[in-house]
Amino acid sequence: MKAGRREFLKLGVAATASAALFPLPAFAQGAAPRIVVVGGGFAGASCARALRQADPRIVVTLVEANATFTACPFSNAVIGGLRELSAQQFTYERVAADGIVVARATATAVNAQARSVTLGDGTRLPYDRLVLAPGIDIRWGALPGYDEAAAARMPHAWRAGEQTVLLRRQLEAMADGGLVVLSAPANPFRCPPGPYERASLIAHYLKTKKPKSKLIVLDAKDAFSKQRLFQSAWAELYPGLLEWVPLSKGGNVTSVDAATRTLVTDFGRHQAAVANVIPPQKAGRIADIAGVADRSGWCPIDPVTFESKLQAGIHVIGDAAIAGAMPKSAFAANSQAKTCAAVVARLVTGAAPSVPKLINTCYSLVAPDYGISVAGVYAPSSGQLAEVPGSGGVSPSDAPRATRAVEAVLAEAWFRTITDEVFG
Amino acid sequence: MRRTLAAAIGLVSIAAAVVASAEPPAGAAACSGCHPASARVTSPVRRLAGLDRAAIVRAMQDFRSGQRSATVMDRIAKGFTNEEIQAIAAWYATQR
Repeated sequence: MKAGRREFLKLGVAATASAALFPLPAFAQGAAPRIVVVGGGFAGASCARALRQADPRIVVTLVEANATFTACPFSNAVIGGLRELSAQQFTYERVAADGIVVARATATAVNAQARSVTLGDGTRLPYDRLVLAPGIDIRWGALPGYDEAAAARMPHAWRAGEQTVLLRRQLEAMADGGLVVLSAPANPFRCPPGPYERASLIAHYLKTKKPKSKLIVLDAKDAFSKQRLFQSAWAELYPGLLEWVPLSKGGNVTSVDAATRTLVTDFGRHQAAVANVIPPQKAGRIADIAGVADRSGWCPIDPVTFESKLQAGIHVIGDAAIAGAMPKSAFAANSQAKTCAAVVARLVTGAAPSVPKLINTCYSLVAPDYGISVAGVYAPSSGQLAEVPGSGGVSPSDAPRATRAVEAVLAEAWFRTITDEVFG
Repeated sequence: MRRTLAAAIGLVSIAAAVVASAEPPAGAAACSGCHPASARVTSPVRRLAGLDRAAIVRAMQDFRSGQRSATVMDRIAKGFTNEEIQAIAAWYATQR
């Protein structure tokens, strides 16, 4: 802010120029601060609500293109036939009832200097601070042969909704004895344990409904989240049914052919009856437009304020952000959103931000009654959000089945709790 | 401001590190990811709002030391100092 102001004076722009061009803390000018939040997922909707709770004088606009939000956590249970998509869907009625302006629109441009967001219909929304929570976009073209048309035959189902249902329908239509192939990308990507939970619940479906079938997981990595827990559960629950092929054994998919549902690796070709390609990803499109994404496709941020390292006045939270040791999870997004809201509420009053502490807890289901978790506590350290030494970790590897059953119950309780906080 | 001061005066018995204000202390906001903020949610995980301050402190310290068994709270409690636990407990005790 200070450097920016100096820059402003250096440019010799008349001091009478619009306050919006370089706003002082809004309260200092006697006006209500205007915060625009783009993206109505776990990060954006949480942040919008937390801003209103932190200070009801703040005018909050939430920009979201969809009338209905479809949650990714537990969408693997929809694919596995354990849950309906409707249980994943939420509206913005309660968010709007908090006094948040919900703009059902796509943000198409951001002017970080003038501090305004432009919507698809040309509406210009001025802001004192902008929060971007755009989630992920698929990096189309990064995997040769995998484009939007290919995704209609080989669904990614990595943004929940139609794709989730499509993958489920394909599994349901498959004959017993079919080969299912799931490919997992290199890091970083949304929901690190997600591909392995999905593999587990597809294996559960096959074991229950189509026991002559097989599932191969082709992985671009040699290690993954909660790996020991998943692998020991797979050996116990799905022996001979689920095969994991790591990078070093030829797991890296180098191209796909949608017409024949074939996944090609350096070691061979896998023709699938059902193929689930989880492709490389990047921050949602508006991050690129706003100039807050770096060459990695993700958004570097300050670990205390979540303000972009590339554009002043713009904060980035959730999956789009490079949040150090914090994984791209719904819990982390919600935790970051509440922290960011508190910081932004302080900054608009001219107060200094306080140093945050954040938590993540992620449950995965290996079977309907078999849950495992990873947890972490995070604080800024050396310019990054780092795990607090000695904290966090995964469920114990020697826990009895009763504990796994408890964690499965806790997983569902978590989903009810967090979706109530964000949308209820 | 006046409300903040009044609250601070009401809590003088608590350690100086505990600043009573409407703003949650570091780490507190994250708890409601699992501990329901609203009473309308059905969950085996209990709400923290309005719980006894000393009871929250004791639970966190017991989770941290391993005296009390847990599924995830043992792993989370290890990430918090005594001061932070005091502040979080004091804040939740005043919430409704």
